Amino acid sequence: MTYHAGHYDVIVIGAGHAGVEAGLASARMGAKTLMLSLNLDMVAFMPCNPSIGGPAKGIVVREIDALGGEMAKVIDRNYIQMRMLNTGKGPAVQALRAQADKPMYIKDMKQILEDQENLTLRQGMVNELIVEDEVVKGVITETKAAYSAETVIVTTGTFMRGKVLMGDLEYESGPNNQRASIKLSENLEELGFELTRFKTGTPPRVNSHTIDYSKTEIQPGDDEPQHFSYETTEGITEQIPCWLTYTNEFTHEVIQDNLQLSAMYSGMKRGTGPRYCPSIEDKIVRFNDKPRHQIFLEPEGRDTEEVYVQGLSTSLPESVQHEMVKRVPGLENAEIMRAGYAIEYDAVVPTQLWPTLETKKISGLFTAGQINGTSGYEEAAAQGIMSGINAAAKVLGRDPVILDRSQAYIGVLIDDLVTKGTNEPYRLLTSRAEYRLLLRHDNADMRLTEIGHGLGLIPEARYEKFVEKKRLVEEEKKRLGKIVVKPSEAVNEIMTEASGAPLKEAVKAYDLLKRPELTYVHVDRMIESAENLPEDVKEQVGIQIKYEGYIKKANDQVARMLKMEDKKIPEDIDYDQISGIATEAIEKLKKVRPLSVGQASRISGVNPADVSILLVYIEQGNIARVAN
Amino acid sequence: MMETDTITAISTPTGEGAISIVRLSGSEAIQVAAALFKGKNLHQVDSHTMHYGKIIDPDTAEAAEEVMVSVMRAPRTFTREDVVEINCHGGMVAVNRVLEIVLSQGPRLAEPGEFTKRAFLNGRIDLSQAEAVMDLIRAKTDKAMSVALKQMDGRLSGMIQKYRQSLLETVAHVEVNIDYPEYDDVEEMSHEMMRVKTKEVHAEIEELLQVAKQGKILREGLATAIIGRPNVGKSSLMNTLVQENKAIVTEVPGTTRDIIEEYVNVRGVPLRLVDTAGIRETEDIVEKIGVERSRQVLKDADLILFVLNNNDALTEEDEKLFEAIQGLEYIVIVNKTDLEQKLDLERVHELAEGKPVLTTSLIEEKGVDELETAIAETFFAGDIDTGDLTYVSNVRHIQLLRQAKQALEDAMEGIEMGMPMDIVQIDVTRTWEFLGEIIGDTASDSLIDQLFSQFCLGK
Repeated sequence: MTYHAGHYDVIVIGAGHAGVEAGLASARMGAKTLMLSLNLDMVAFMPCNPSIGGPAKGIVVREIDALGGEMAKVIDRNYIQMRMLNTGKGPAVQALRAQADKPMYIKDMKQILEDQENLTLRQGMVNELIVEDEVVKGVITETKAAYSAETVIVTTGTFMRGKVLMGDLEYESGPNNQRASIKLSENLEELGFELTRFKTGTPPRVNSHTIDYSKTEIQPGDDEPQHFSYETTEGITEQIPCWLTYTNEFTHEVIQDNLQLSAMYSGMKRGTGPRYCPSIEDKIVRFNDKPRHQIFLEPEGRDTEEVYVQGLSTSLPESVQHEMVKRVPGLENAEIMRAGYAIEYDAVVPTQLWPTLETKKISGLFTAGQINGTSGYEEAAAQGIMSGINAAAKVLGRDPVILDRSQAYIGVLIDDLVTKGTNEPYRLLTSRAEYRLLLRHDNADMRLTEIGHGLGLIPEARYEKFVEKKRLVEEEKKRLGKIVVKPSEAVNEIMTEASGAPLKEAVKAYDLLKRPELTYVHVDRMIESAENLPEDVKEQVGIQIKYEGYIKKANDQVARMLKMEDKKIPEDIDYDQISGIATEAIEKLKKVRPLSVGQASRISGVNPADVSILLVYIEQGNIARVAN
Repeated sequence: MMETDTITAISTPTGEGAISIVRLSGSEAIQVAAALFKGKNLHQVDSHTMHYGKIIDPDTAEAAEEVMVSVMRAPRTFTREDVVEINCHGGMVAVNRVLEIVLSQGPRLAEPGEFTKRAFLNGRIDLSQAEAVMDLIRAKTDKAMSVALKQMDGRLSGMIQKYRQSLLETVAHVEVNIDYPEYDDVEEMSHEMMRVKTKEVHAEIEELLQVAKQGKILREGLATAIIGRPNVGKSSLMNTLVQENKAIVTEVPGTTRDIIEEYVNVRGVPLRLVDTAGIRETEDIVEKIGVERSRQVLKDADLILFVLNNNDALTEEDEKLFEAIQGLEYIVIVNKTDLEQKLDLERVHELAEGKPVLTTSLIEEKGVDELETAIAETFFAGDIDTGDLTYVSNVRHIQLLRQAKQALEDAMEGIEMGMPMDIVQIDVTRTWEFLGEIIGDTASDSLIDQLFSQFCLGK
């Protein structure tokens, strides 16, 4: 017998990186929210690498922040090292990456959740969803608590029918020996969801006291760390370095000799692993001509000696892992504290979702994070915040929020998932974004603050600051357009210093800034200086002017794309009624049920002729409706 | 997929008509035409008026064609957009030249059925006609697809694939630098490396375009093969067609064999006489180039003229040739009717399985008219004008090659300006995409596949 344990607007199952953003967003929007976690000591736990950010991912963290999410702020308070990557490249691909203090990250995030108004945090395992007439009504836990709800967000990560694999050892488990969620997975199947089986893995952790760092190269953080959140003002002064070492022929020999003992190479049929996150076994098999592979030694926190051996992800038996680690320079005497393992889990085939992350099958039910076939804390958090926003919006009777591919990496991520699906754990890469130049680290606030504010997720004070920044950027651009720089000794000295050709005739400061060799600082020195302008405004002005031509080209492409996004497909469309569309395309369209012609055109198997016919068919319907 | 950009295409069927029309529709139609037109200022003429003048080739600044141009302003037009129709002399050559010049000025080649689609989308056509529009798009697209693939020179697609792979590896290299900045196994792509790579591909594309200009790769016309045993009159047939129709002979240098291709215009049907060198030199294509090669020639031919000798009984070889061309488009020509009939005509009809069988005496110039009629009929048979589509797909290739070249030049400009590599790469990727459209490969996942097969990445 169950007992009724309460009614909520939004219930979030899971409190990982997706769950916490979902719960916080919905509670902050004013929806009464319950968050259920298997283990309250493991809120926002990082079961794999101790880092947040990196190319594409780091920009996602900025986007989450611009929408009013939490990840950026928590990592800004709890990093042991911060680095800006790709500083030698263009502005579009620069990205922050932080090494996280894992235990502190958990502690901080838990406090945030506990302090959040409208949010109830509770320990419990959900076994079943309550569904009536294809509408979700609540959840039932294993302790027989029945919670009723308007909407439910499932963010169970890799826990669903999770199975840990290490050599020939295998057992039901979530990551890091937490309990697996078995019944919920079965329940989703009963409800008619198509599940797939993915796998991922993690390397061993070793004790820092037992590492000989003299055989490794130091990898320090930036001298002047930048931050993820637009609200962070103070950095952490004391940073901890990472260390770089390499595998060698002796390491490879151990792996090669024991390959058949690896869980993933034992011949058993296994879930699909990601190509971008291969185990050390995979690397040695697939690229056997490579004499060495990089190994990064990454501390897991300030108050722990555990060090993550990045690059040595494995499902070899524990005994072989000892032998393997010993043969890495610097780790000859290293003691493994936790062995590496592979984990297999159920994921929901994401084409079963609307772009709001609500399931098509069951109204009010959302899924977000690794359950949707992605990998990575940032990808999970991004889906989390969007599902939280949309679940709350549904309850509060507000419009759903769908970001398009030109607005955010989050838009690219979700559109890829729900339109194309994925046949391996999905990771964001900069190359997945066709409008990369528009989706920059520096302009995430310009792109999304307005939306976050509209949802009530960005406080007034911060919003006002943002509006002011925007105003200053426009004003400064205008100013530079009016100032004429004449050739003079002083000016040409700066030109020479920047290794540019001396100026021969008068040029507008604006056009001068377009020259690749000149930065805002150079130009600022040639004219009456805008001393009081904040650094981020200068940065923004510099980038917007310097890459104006490229940005314009990208914007033109976006305008064309949006035209097709604006052509909405009626919900009641019957694809079988459309003569002329190829059979394969009809099947795909019926499955994905795209919201717009633009989305339809991105489905693989739907070719341009099918799209043309669809367009004509929809227009025909519109004419008929007007006529009636 | 843009719905408001300016499109253009040849809007008259391929044929013998006195005039052919290149139509433009869209907001820039008048602007584009005015820029190319020497005559009245088209910006200032009244709507629905026609003007005499010349089309100027912007490359050479010379007059390319004598034309009549009609200007029709929106909304009282077929598509409800600004429409310009350029009336040229009949025949494929003139109209193709005008179309190419128009395309070089920015308009996009219309998709099959696109003028009609626009007319519909802009409310010009009523509801009852909508279904027909969809059928039209489907039919034309499928046909265009199959024709495009068939017409695609194997060599061309091979070359395009090669350039694409080379660009893809370059792009993947840049991507790996971006997405895995600490991966030390691959050096940072430098401006110099990128300069070398883009220059290389640019030169290749330029050469292709040069070649395309000469009409080597992509040219209007029906690939026509003349086959038959020795001394049946293949060479006379060719000479007759050529003399009657003023052939344009193009020498194509640089190939291993000097293929001479001859273009003749038979009642408005452009014929490309394939492998005529073989016929000229030895009178026997089968003998000279071997059975395998002749099979290849046959496979690539759109039309086969199979010549038999009236004065000779059917041989085993003749029967074999009938077998070889089974299922293809062909016309049987029984030549030398001036000599005694030894050929079993009944058997010939039987073997021809309903295909036309004509009799000629090329020496006496008899039956030539009938033959030309038969060729024209073969060509114009069916609902869809294959010849037109064939040409369209070819112009499409050239246009895409031009766009690819332009994108590559943008990349090269970026390199010279010292733009960061990830910015330069945007234009290199566009080049790769344009080239992909030529061979119908637009899958965007290939880059990610390339990334993970080329490099050992990941934590």
